Amino acid sequence: MNGWDTDVARRGFFTDTSVCIGCKACEVACKEWNEVPDDGLEFLGRSYDNTGGLGADTWRHVAFIEQPHGSDGLRWLMSSDVCKHCTNAACLDVCPTGALFRTEFGTVVVQEDICNGCGYCVPACPFGVIDRRERDGRVWKCTLCYDRLRADLEPACAQACPTKSIQFGDLDELRLAAAERVERLHRDGVTDARLYGDDPDDGVGGAGAFFLLLDEPEVYGLPPAPVVTTRDLPSMWRAAAVAGSALLGAAALTFLGRRT
Amino acid sequence: MGTSFGRGGATTFQQDLQHSDCIVIMGSNMAECHPVGFQWVMEAKQRGARIIHVDPRFTRTSALADLHVPIRAGSDIVFLGALVHHIIENDRWFHDYVVKYTNAATIVSDEFRDTEDLDGLFSGFDPEECLYDNLTWQYEGTVETAASAGQRELHRHNHSAVGERHGSHGALQGGRPPYSDETLEHPRTVFQILRRHFQRYTPELVEATCGVPKERFLEVADALCDNSGPDRTSAFVYAVGWTQHTVGVQYIRTAAIVQQLLGNIGRTGGGIMALRGHASIQGSTDIPTLYNILPGYVPMPHADNDTLRNFIATNAAATGYWGAMDAYTVSLLKAYWGAAATSENQFCYDYLPRISGDHSTYQSMMGMLDGTVHGFFVMGENPAVGSANGKLHRQAMAKLDWLVVRDFAEIETASFWYDSPEIETGELTTRSIATEVFFLPAAAHTEKDGSFTQTQRLLQWHHKAIEPAGDARSELWFMYHLGRIIREKLAGSTDEVDRPVLDLTWDYPTVGATAEPDAEAVLREINGWGPDGRALSTYTELRADGSTTCGCWIYCGCYADETNQTARRKPHTEQDWVALEWGWSWPANRRVLYNRASAAPDGQPWSERKRYVWWDEEAGEWTGVDTPDFSKTKRPDYAPPDDATGPDAIRGDEPFVMQADGKSWLFVPSGLKDGPLPAHYEPHESPFRNPLYDQQSNPARQTFSRPLNPYQPTDGQAGADVYPYVLTTYRLTEHHTAGGMSRTLPYLAELQPEFFCEVSPELAGERGLEHGGWATIVSARTAIEARVMVTDRMRPLVVQGRTINQVGLPYHWGGRGLSTGDSANDLYPLALDPNVHIQEVKAATCDIRAGRRPRGPALLALVEEYRQRAGIEQESR
Amino acid sequence: MSRGERAMVPKAEVRTYYDQPVLKEPVWTWEIPAYLFTGGLAAGSALLAAGADLTSNPSLARSMQCAALAATAVSGGLLVADLGVPHRAHHMLRVIKPTSPMSVGSWLLTSFGTATAVAMTSTLSGRFATVGRVARLAAAALAPALATYTGVLVADTAVPAWHEASETLPMLFAAGAAASAGGLGVVLVDAAAGAPARRLAVVGALGEVVAARAMRRRLGPLVGRPYGEGRTRRLRQLAEACTVTGAVAVLAGRRRRPVLVVGGLLECAGAALERFAVVQAGRDSARDPEATVSPQRARCNASAVG
Ligand SMILES: Nc1nc2c(c(=O)[nH]1)N[C@H]1C(S)=C(S)[C@@H](COP(=O)(O)OP(=O)(O)OC[C@H]3O[C@@H](n4cnc5c(=O)[nH]c(N)nc54)[C@H](O)[C@@H]3O)O[C@H]1N2
Ligand SMILES: Nc1nc2c(c(=O)[nH]1)N[C@H]1C(S)=C(S)[C@@H](COP(=O)(O)OP(=O)(O)OC[C@H]3O[C@@H](n4cnc5c(=O)[nH]c(N)nc54)[C@H](O)[C@@H]3O)O[C@H]1N2
Ligand code: SF4
Ligand code: SF4
Ligand code: SF4
Ligand code: SF4
Ligand code: SF4
Ligand SMILES: [Mo]
Repeated sequence: MNGWDTDVARRGFFTDTSVCIGCKACEVACKEWNEVPDDGLEFLGRSYDNTGGLGADTWRHVAFIEQPHGSDGLRWLMSSDVCKHCTNAACLDVCPTGALFRTEFGTVVVQEDICNGCGYCVPACPFGVIDRRERDGRVWKCTLCYDRLRADLEPACAQACPTKSIQFGDLDELRLAAAERVERLHRDGVTDARLYGDDPDDGVGGAGAFFLLLDEPEVYGLPPAPVVTTRDLPSMWRAAAVAGSALLGAAALTFLGRRT
Repeated sequence: MGTSFGRGGATTFQQDLQHSDCIVIMGSNMAECHPVGFQWVMEAKQRGARIIHVDPRFTRTSALADLHVPIRAGSDIVFLGALVHHIIENDRWFHDYVVKYTNAATIVSDEFRDTEDLDGLFSGFDPEECLYDNLTWQYEGTVETAASAGQRELHRHNHSAVGERHGSHGALQGGRPPYSDETLEHPRTVFQILRRHFQRYTPELVEATCGVPKERFLEVADALCDNSGPDRTSAFVYAVGWTQHTVGVQYIRTAAIVQQLLGNIGRTGGGIMALRGHASIQGSTDIPTLYNILPGYVPMPHADNDTLRNFIATNAAATGYWGAMDAYTVSLLKAYWGAAATSENQFCYDYLPRISGDHSTYQSMMGMLDGTVHGFFVMGENPAVGSANGKLHRQAMAKLDWLVVRDFAEIETASFWYDSPEIETGELTTRSIATEVFFLPAAAHTEKDGSFTQTQRLLQWHHKAIEPAGDARSELWFMYHLGRIIREKLAGSTDEVDRPVLDLTWDYPTVGATAEPDAEAVLREINGWGPDGRALSTYTELRADGSTTCGCWIYCGCYADETNQTARRKPHTEQDWVALEWGWSWPANRRVLYNRASAAPDGQPWSERKRYVWWDEEAGEWTGVDTPDFSKTKRPDYAPPDDATGPDAIRGDEPFVMQADGKSWLFVPSGLKDGPLPAHYEPHESPFRNPLYDQQSNPARQTFSRPLNPYQPTDGQAGADVYPYVLTTYRLTEHHTAGGMSRTLPYLAELQPEFFCEVSPELAGERGLEHGGWATIVSARTAIEARVMVTDRMRPLVVQGRTINQVGLPYHWGGRGLSTGDSANDLYPLALDPNVHIQEVKAATCDIRAGRRPRGPALLALVEEYRQRAGIEQESR
Repeated sequence: MSRGERAMVPKAEVRTYYDQPVLKEPVWTWEIPAYLFTGGLAAGSALLAAGADLTSNPSLARSMQCAALAATAVSGGLLVADLGVPHRAHHMLRVIKPTSPMSVGSWLLTSFGTATAVAMTSTLSGRFATVGRVARLAAAALAPALATYTGVLVADTAVPAWHEASETLPMLFAAGAAASAGGLGVVLVDAAAGAPARRLAVVGALGEVVAARAMRRRLGPLVGRPYGEGRTRRLRQLAEACTVTGAVAVLAGRRRRPVLVVGGLLECAGAALERFAVVQAGRDSARDPEATVSPQRARCNASAVG
């Protein structure tokens, strides 16, 4: 189910981090296809992660986490993060220019020719995905390869992924596949396996790009229970109205006083 | 591989790994270095297979494996030998398979002496020359059983009086060794020799030598045994974690023995998957860039091998498919010299260059240093960074008259004369280098037609996508036109030495404005044609009478029916999983080699579950999902007459058709320079004594004692403790080999922007190394600096009761490109495997200290100070 | 302490990815807090102008009229300057989006600006008095919204220190608008005509201090942490000091002009600094993964239990 009417099925990603080998082919394929500039050559020493996180110049990002664990004594978690293409997308809601829009595939995309770089979407995103490219003043993020989707191609990152850790398809089908995968893993004793962003009733109405994780979301740098900020808009406007009236009242009162 | 099974290539293909019940990845970091192929390992895992990774480091492969076994670099033969011991002593071996398909039952000469008898040496060792004579390794009653591929021609010169002996040539009677005992009880059967040879390779020894706890080892042993047999199969995957040792070939041999005993060769889900490197590195051994073999593993003739007949007699096996070597060789000569090659002039056999010893790359480097090699073509290589002891290489190139480098960018090899580390230290100055360097831009694979032969012998055609920019040209263009111009200059010469060049068939059609030679014409020449001038369809059509031509017999068929078979791209969705219609693989488009072994001697599958290739009685032929690797209509019960030769001498139940005796070799009577059986030797530089033998390291290993190649004292010797840590090198997914193709690209460079060393928290504590800081790594060759990565993925191991730390270095960095750093290879000495001359860069010793390295001459001083403490005599500069 | 060490010894309290922020830091630079001030000032001034007009207090009316117009002009300039692509400023008026406080604000500021401009022209030309008055009243009518929507603008983000303050931010900004406009009035017109301004200044100051403290209490120690640390802490302390002393001065000033002027200016400064403090707090908050994760983690566990 998708919260807007379109005859095209909603597309999305199921990223199964349990089979990710951290090859970063997704990061590179994304940059190649979308001509995203490099993110700076800095040795971060966060295990094998040197691009740091999602941003204007990194639309797919592979996280590396080394943990004490199990019989081998440690485990090495790898996970490819991406824009969640939220059902209720804060970035889109707050965009004053309409540069951010919802495509016929149910994805959230910035129109480069409209964005004026007001930067509002940046703090609005509960996942810290979208960011401004200071070199050109506009904001950038994963487009879920809108151009490729329209040409009936799968996204570059998904196509490059050698282990099918990134699965692209109709969201409904992906959710079923994901549920099965978790069950399978639990049966195989991988009890840590859990889905993240698959629930249509969560704070953002479910993500168009959801994940299978092996630890708590925050360990991967993901917010554990994000909420789309605009959910509270009504109460916020109410507070503003109250404050506004108070100001009006105060101003009025100041003129009631005796003229000196 | 060649010596054990008959062909120098992986016995299986990566897609087949999905049918394995247990996969042991050892000496390879498959997930990082072969990520695309690794999907089949993941597929197998999904299907319930056990994935085991044996590696000094916890890598991205370990992360996805069920079990990671940390091991001390350079100790694998003990681990694998202990597997052999475990399999035999616990009677876990596959009886029918071993007795029928391997040479276990063959009886060996009573002159043979084992390392157990001679404390680390086999019989026939010449301490002067440091070479073996394999006379005593022979089967009882034979003089020499010809090895199948590779090293024969060179090898024969290692033992005396060879010429005559080859005249007679102790052929096997009808492909059968004269003496054998299928009960395997005779004390001199290969099986009994094997059992005795490995009797001391126990789990306890593994624990003490490899640093692998006994329980971990047994876990692996049981997983392997439980998943091998008639209806289960296990596979081994290795790459250069095994080959880059002074005993590299014997590592692989040990695995081959394990897989033979478990009956895992030639069967689906089994085999030994050798992962090759560069996109076409398999191709560059099939049609070699090596000095000692000709296309198709036909040996390069030695200077004193004067006639074609003698050459064939020396090298052909009387039995097995190598029996037809004369046809392969003559067809090759016809491809080279066409009409000029006639039976009268031995098909221009005399035109072939000759070898007189070892002319491998490292040997050639020595030649440069000694002033005997004056010019050097470097195409598709970056030795200034990629080869062990970079300093020696750069010094050698500085002595050349001319150097030609063809590459995409000006790599370190092309720029050494003005920006190498030696320039920084003052060891070299630009003014003092007389070498004339030519840098020529090369066209990339996307800019030219051609084929890749990848790790599983699969030829895949690539079409030009765009025209090369500017002056960039393909290798084919460069070579063809270089040859053309040389021939024009020599035209009309009456000098005999020019004939080989002038008589060459050099008539490739060219296309386009740049006159690019037609790559398909070259492929067709490689495939070869018959008297009617039509492309041949298989190597069995080749003749020794000069009526056929073939540029590489194992590739014969890649252009069958006048169509480029390597360009086939039928999607996997439109054919079965073996996908025989995708590309073309040698030999004869087979994907699993020796697949006759997937059926029992009677020709029926060992089990339904592992059904692959079998005998169809009605049709009277071999059939299955793959191309049978056997004479199509030879019955399982076929027994050759005593006078049979060539393929006809192979019995119907002998799957290893390239071998003279049709069997896989547990024991290798000929073809290896360092022994018929693998024995554990410590790396050339090791902090430990050999726990098994008095002989510390491989006695036949190749070393070079020169000022520029100083060796460190190894355990037992004084000063060894100056370099107390084990040093190993490897790859990262993010970079490619010497970095010319990755450090130059922003999208790759940003992923691993700096050279770093991986150390355990314990080592970091010991040496005060701080994560993210800098460390200096010191060897007797030089000292380099790297950023520090402190990680639990590096584990200290307890070996011989001592805790040992290992330093890990990715070797991709050099002074040029977007991401620059010191080269790991500058630390290594040249110490080579005697069979294939591969440098030992997987295990050496070093010291590591906090902070950056000194600059300029101060660097030399630091290294010198270490050398003095270690008692290494002053290097003459 | 280097990143990697953290990697190997994950922090006990809250688990993060190498202590990296979960959110992106707002890219807004000084122009935005400056605008939050000038916008409020404009709104407050318009209110005073209208009130003065209705209570026939021409000097106060005229001055506040000018103030409103000037503040509006500056506001517009600041907003355009902060854009990544300033020449696309007009894209702000491509759509009307109630879900986007910035869109609402753009339309507000535009109409408010127009109204003030019209009012000003009539005042200066001395003609179309009625049109002028209507415009003045229109501006006054929009003023409360203009002064408070900014609270929503800031709160309608994922930044904890902003979002969790959504109840009080509008009030804080409204009070600031009153204080600053009042303060400016005190500065611009003589004590006699400036009485209303004086009262507004004092009420505003009081409201500002109360609202600010209420907000910080609401936020609590974790999410409110920025206000207790570094630059933000200094800003907010300075703001409060200015506002309070300003108010006292305005009260005590009586007819002593210099004191009144200083008081008025201090109140303006206080309001401005308070906004810089709020914006800085947002940056700190976005940078702090714990502020994002802990409350959410608590919610998860709660829902897991209940
Ligand atoms: N991304 C990427 N892929 C590549 C390449 C590349 O540069 N980058 N290079 C290509 C080439 S040319 C080649 S040859 C292949 C090589 O492929 P691999 O052989 O897989 O690559 P390496 O990382 O050199 O070595 C593999 C592993 O051997 C381990 N090792 C070191 N010493 C020992 C030892 O004594 N015993 C055991 N058991 N393991 C040991 C190392 O820790 C390392 O993890 O990769 C090919 N693929
Ligand atoms: N310490 C250590 N040393 C090692 C290894 C190790 O594991 N550890 N591994 C060894 C192994 S397995 C290998 S394969 C070597 C690799 O070492 P090298 O082969 O010396 O290094 P590469 O970077 O692979 O060099 C290939 C060059 O060819 C260029 N090139 C690519 N395509 C073409 C083309 O079509 N035409 C031309 N003319 N040039 C082209 C690339 O730009 C690149 O510069 O390193 C070896 N050295
Ligand atoms: S993740 Fe952030 S950027 Fe992506 S759609 Fe959701 S709110 Fe927008
Ligand atoms: S920065 Fe661009 S996309 Fe983001 S809210 Fe502003 S106009 Fe919309
Ligand atoms: S979908 Fe396209 S844009 Fe998004 S991450 Fe993948 S490749 Fe990049
Ligand atoms: S491409 Fe696939 S396997 Fe490789 S890092 Fe990305 S998600 Fe992981
Ligand atoms: S780089 Fe090329 S050869 Fe290596 S895994 Fe990827 S696709 Fe295969
Ligand atoms: Mo290689």
